[in-house]
Amino acid sequence: MAHFTKATSIKDWLNQRLAIDKVEKVMASEYWIPKNINFLWAMGMVLVITFVLLLVSGIFLLMYYQPNVDLAFDSVNYTIMREVDFGWLWRHVHGVAASVVFLIIYIHMFTGIYYGSYKKGREMIWLSGMLLFVAFSAEAFSGYMLPWGQMSYWAGMVITNLFSGGSLHADGLVEWIRGDYVPAQAFLDRFFMLHVVLVPLAIIGLIGLHFGALRIPHVNNQDGEEFDFDAESKKYLDGDKAGAKVIRFANDFMAKDMMVVGIYLVFFFYLVFFHYDFAMDPVNFDPADGLKTPTHIYPEWYFLWSYEILRPFSTNVGLIAFAFAQVIFVMLPFLDRSPNAVPASRRGLFKYWFWAMLIDMIILTSMGKVPPVEPFGSIGFYAALTFIGLWIILPFITKMEKKV
Amino acid sequence: MKNKEPLILVVVIFFTLAVYYLVEPFAHSQMHKHFESEGFAYNDLPALTKTGDAARGKDLVLGAAACVGCHAISKEGMSAPMAPVDAAGAYGVNPPDLSNAGAVYDAKFLASLIKNPTHALMVEHKFDPAKGKVYPMPAFYGAGGDIDQEVADIVSYLQSIAVKGEEFTPTIAFETACGRCHANRYEKWTPIGETPTFKHKQDKLAFEINVANYEDSLTKYMGKLPPDLSIYIRSRGEHFIKTFVENPQQYLEGTAMPRVGVNAESAAKVIEYLEDSGDTKRHERDHVGKNVMIYIVIFAIFALLWKKEVWKDLH
Repeated sequence: MAHFTKATSIKDWLNQRLAIDKVEKVMASEYWIPKNINFLWAMGMVLVITFVLLLVSGIFLLMYYQPNVDLAFDSVNYTIMREVDFGWLWRHVHGVAASVVFLIIYIHMFTGIYYGSYKKGREMIWLSGMLLFVAFSAEAFSGYMLPWGQMSYWAGMVITNLFSGGSLHADGLVEWIRGDYVPAQAFLDRFFMLHVVLVPLAIIGLIGLHFGALRIPHVNNQDGEEFDFDAESKKYLDGDKAGAKVIRFANDFMAKDMMVVGIYLVFFFYLVFFHYDFAMDPVNFDPADGLKTPTHIYPEWYFLWSYEILRPFSTNVGLIAFAFAQVIFVMLPFLDRSPNAVPASRRGLFKYWFWAMLIDMIILTSMGKVPPVEPFGSIGFYAALTFIGLWIILPFITKMEKKV
Repeated sequence: MKNKEPLILVVVIFFTLAVYYLVEPFAHSQMHKHFESEGFAYNDLPALTKTGDAARGKDLVLGAAACVGCHAISKEGMSAPMAPVDAAGAYGVNPPDLSNAGAVYDAKFLASLIKNPTHALMVEHKFDPAKGKVYPMPAFYGAGGDIDQEVADIVSYLQSIAVKGEEFTPTIAFETACGRCHANRYEKWTPIGETPTFKHKQDKLAFEINVANYEDSLTKYMGKLPPDLSIYIRSRGEHFIKTFVENPQQYLEGTAMPRVGVNAESAAKVIEYLEDSGDTKRHERDHVGKNVMIYIVIFAIFALLWKKEVWKDLH
């Protein structure tokens, strides 16, 4: 057993038992971050803040929400929106944050792709990040079921139908997922469970893994520069703060994070109070009706690009393309054969690949929402082919890349 | 090294706005028909050429025009000949109480309606006497004099008894214009009236049976049960509701929903009623929103100052 002495202060008492000084150093004041980073490096903190907003607003909503097909709709739209003090606020915060969190995730992802932050020891950061993306997608989808509006019901119908596997006709699997022939009480209950327990637990665990994965390879920087963190941190501790290439996580990096968070929250709360409609589809303000299919069925904006990879093809080909799109980003660290972990601007053809991928995904996103009539059908079809083509050529163009 | 952050910010904002534009304004413009409001002018209907006389109008309404054979005018102490549920059984829908018709409906529309109901209501596709489908309300063919003068007199009478000014509430507008077909459960409104508070379970059940019977007749009459409008302000929005009410056929050709004929003032009141039921906390939202924005801007300024303070040694 460790040797304990009579504590001289509360801090000393805690230090002997929890080593709080050491923890503080490891987690904050001597967790070293490169200095040459821009505001895109604050997206991690923006995501943490947004997740906290989702968690807190979700807890409040959970106190009044009723996971019952007869009560769910009115528990949200009447009880929470009209009866509960500030229920409308929690709901709008939750709905807007659920949409905005994906905007930040995409910015965070494309930052990682642009600066090569998935290479040279940072593969686990990328992989855990992609798992988080999958978990957030599951969280968003299951949450979308809960108000039990028309879009909840029909999106639930369409997405669970995908599991029939086209010509495989795995209808038994679809029924097993739904717990019924159509989305009904069993379906709502299990998606409620996923949304409030299982998936949030997975997300919290994955956030831990994602942070842990950063520890050994360290945070990347905007020049792709490799340097000795031990030497640079020694320089900092010896007083040469201006000359050192590293900064403390807290307060140095945190101060910049909070500045970005402050600006972000101005944008976020503007959306919550004055421009929330984009995050709350009007169709979902009609109660679920299994006998009345909405004219247009489309997912929320953040799933549109993958939906559009599914849609322009015949059922089986579409499902294969869709499955490809779902997993291919995970493979990025292994498909990029280049030895360079530097910004895309210095990587030859990859620079064009990056911008082509970004623009192609925006085109897919746009075409995924409009009705599949011409010319949108063709634009979507070619954009989907371009998406697949870009991933096929990635290993070749990166293999040709010269070492910088 | 030069600071690239402004450029990066421009790139991020540009792509964010591009995505927003494409999935919201652009996509919706492609998905939905868009019609501009005519301001409830009903340009297709002929203008009133005569000045009405309310006293003569009253005689017509009670006499030759036989309005009170079916309609209540509760304001003038004339109750309905039949209870709503029986009236719906006979006609398909309960004929409206005319007490406030003069305030809720456009005068030109009322005149056209009296002379040719199916034309004014835009339900000629549904009620064709040649096919044996007769609209429950007969047209008024005149009481022997100048029919245009007589119609103007009736309209004038209806306007003279209707609510005015402050007394004309959003609830009156909704109940008169929409409430005999549409329920609004968030406001406890059923097509046969507001749900009372019951002391006895029997009374509650009896009321519910009445509502169910009424809605059965209504469903037969309309082809489907008209939707509950509790949160239509969120699912359809003000623009759609106004332009749809103004001319349902332009959105939904062949729909059984009649042109309602409300004037611009009562359309605005119907919208207000729907906002009260479906977007109840909008005033609180605006108020709280402004305060939160002020707070968060102050927070952002302090965050900026803190960053400057911490980073002054780091450069």
